[in-house]
Amino acid sequence: MALPSYTETRYRIWHYIYITICTFVFFFLIAPLFVIFPLSFNAEEFLVFSEGMKNLDPDAFSLRWYKDMIYGTKNPWGLAAKNSFIIAIFATIGSIILGTLAALGLSSRHMPYKGIIMATLISPMIVPLIISGVAIFFFMAKVGLAATHAGIVLAHIILGTPFVVITVTATLSGFDHSVTRAAASLGSNPVNTFMKVTLPLILPGVISGGLFAFVTSFDEVVVVLFLAGLENTTIPIQMWTGLREQLSPTILAVATCLIILSTLILISAELLRRRSERLRGINR
Amino acid sequence: MSSETKQILTTDGIPLEVSLKKAEKKNKIKAFLLVAPLLLFLIITYVFPIGEMFSRSIDDKMITNMLPKTFKEMEKWDGQELPPEEVFTAFYYDFKVLVEKQEHGKLGQRLNKEKNGFNSITKKLFRQVKRKKIDESISIKEQIMKVHKRWRTVEYWQAIKRTAPPYTMSKYLKGMDMYYAADGSIAQVDEDRRIHRILWLRTLEIAFFVTLFCFLMGYPIAHLLATLPMKYSNLLMICVLLPFWTSLLVRTASWMILLQQQGVVNDFFVMIGLVADDNRPEMMYNKVGTYVAMTQILLPFMVLPLYSVMKTISPSLMRAGKSLGGTPFVAFWKVYFPLTIPGIGAGCLLVFILAIGYYITPALVGGASGTLISNQIAFHMKQTLDWSFASAMGLMLLSGVLVIYWIYNKLVGVDNIKLG
Repeated sequence: MALPSYTETRYRIWHYIYITICTFVFFFLIAPLFVIFPLSFNAEEFLVFSEGMKNLDPDAFSLRWYKDMIYGTKNPWGLAAKNSFIIAIFATIGSIILGTLAALGLSSRHMPYKGIIMATLISPMIVPLIISGVAIFFFMAKVGLAATHAGIVLAHIILGTPFVVITVTATLSGFDHSVTRAAASLGSNPVNTFMKVTLPLILPGVISGGLFAFVTSFDEVVVVLFLAGLENTTIPIQMWTGLREQLSPTILAVATCLIILSTLILISAELLRRRSERLRGINR
Repeated sequence: MSSETKQILTTDGIPLEVSLKKAEKKNKIKAFLLVAPLLLFLIITYVFPIGEMFSRSIDDKMITNMLPKTFKEMEKWDGQELPPEEVFTAFYYDFKVLVEKQEHGKLGQRLNKEKNGFNSITKKLFRQVKRKKIDESISIKEQIMKVHKRWRTVEYWQAIKRTAPPYTMSKYLKGMDMYYAADGSIAQVDEDRRIHRILWLRTLEIAFFVTLFCFLMGYPIAHLLATLPMKYSNLLMICVLLPFWTSLLVRTASWMILLQQQGVVNDFFVMIGLVADDNRPEMMYNKVGTYVAMTQILLPFMVLPLYSVMKTISPSLMRAGKSLGGTPFVAFWKVYFPLTIPGIGAGCLLVFILAIGYYITPALVGGASGTLISNQIAFHMKQTLDWSFASAMGLMLLSGVLVIYWIYNKLVGVDNIKLG
């Protein structure tokens, strides 16, 4: 942001202070993530930068911890990753189906009690996770789903649907309902109309809500801590135990993989958002 | 003539008004049926269990079911002096049933919570009953009173009477460091044992300051993002969105590495000569760690609502303010800032709600002085297994959050929450 040439000196100074503050805050936001990359290639067992690493000595770097993550004996990451992906995929599918249907209903102007129902549907996002965890644990224990994959999937559907509801409702807010009427007048039944007309138009919103639901499930630890048995361990649970007990660099190798995954998700979410805005005719 | 203009008929011959109403109703049902699966699912798996937490938190039926005859007889007792023979007899028969079911131990433990000393005297009584030492043909009152002197003390019988109601608020009182005194009034626990009040205050304090820090740091960068040209701001937006999408545990882990005693932040302080190498400050496992990590983790939730509000403010307003003679500061304060208040409200409430229920980060970087109320709930769920107390604390926290949620809904509207 270039300043006009007539700016007085004191405002010039203020402007530079402002830029400095902003730089500092951006640094504060993003820099912590980058400390993980180099340390995950550490040849030693400690979570600090060794002298060799500071001098960029190639011997100080190794892929040791990545090997340990994949091939390590009795290491839990394989099982955890498998569980995490299975649970997250099913939870995402469930959230998308339930959330999209609800959003379609909520966007109808005929919907009764819209405010209170919306507030209820969003509440799992607002209620502190620890309380959700306790409540869901009581329910799952009663119906005998504690320490099962199904129980965790259901719990993650509860936590994931608010995101789908929000994103799909937002997409539908710019939706031209005359296209569905046009389809109906041309003889299409409602299901066909939804599949052929509505869904393709709201798909960006559905997918980005699904991404949120996926990340929520994939990253969720509080509720799983209550629900999971030894068989249902997930990546976040392993990270949690690792961070509490033996802080080994293997965790950093896993963390690096997770950052790469979240970067991929960020890119797809951004592309989807732009596509959805273009479809809704919002030009910025 | 007049009736003809009133009644417009559809082609089927039904009045239009009726037909419209019918269509409207059909649409209403259709909309509701779409929402119904999710609503029903959430009510069964989520809303009801939270309600169940409430009944669990006030439930005290166990003892009511253990001593049914005793409590029936006790209704007639005024509670001033030792209860009459009938109460003792009823208690004896209730106790005999418990001994047969081997549940006398539970009774002793529960009564011991009400008044210290019950555990040992119920054990004594148990031995007498087990050996059939108590003669049912003569006064049972005399025999029970002989078992231990505490059975002759009226306070112990008063304590039993206090456990009669099937519901109790004692868990809620415990959460506020209060308890029912012997005479049934509410008393405060000793000053040096008021741990829960400290936790509540600390939770509020940390949530408040984290919100403040997020606001102070988030406002400038949201402003920069909203005023920069698109091609630059998109790039900088990644700095906000990448942490937002990254796993919470990964971000907490990175703070653990940065803040440890041999960590990068301390290295930097030593390098610039701020602290001595042998005197590195402890920045983790205390409040500092909690503040720093939570501020960074929650900052995106402040920036995104602020950004979406600031994006809608036309830059010409500031120019108009300046052209009318305001200095940049006056123009900012009088024109720009008031327009951003909705965004400030949304961001601050969101961050505060999230901060007040935080669990993972304080548990990992907080240490003892950085733990919050959520950690206490988890502790009682997993370690002491006092689930009714955990439920009571959870609901106290929940009621606070719901009040803020309600304000948020009034101010911002939940359907205006924006993601990314």
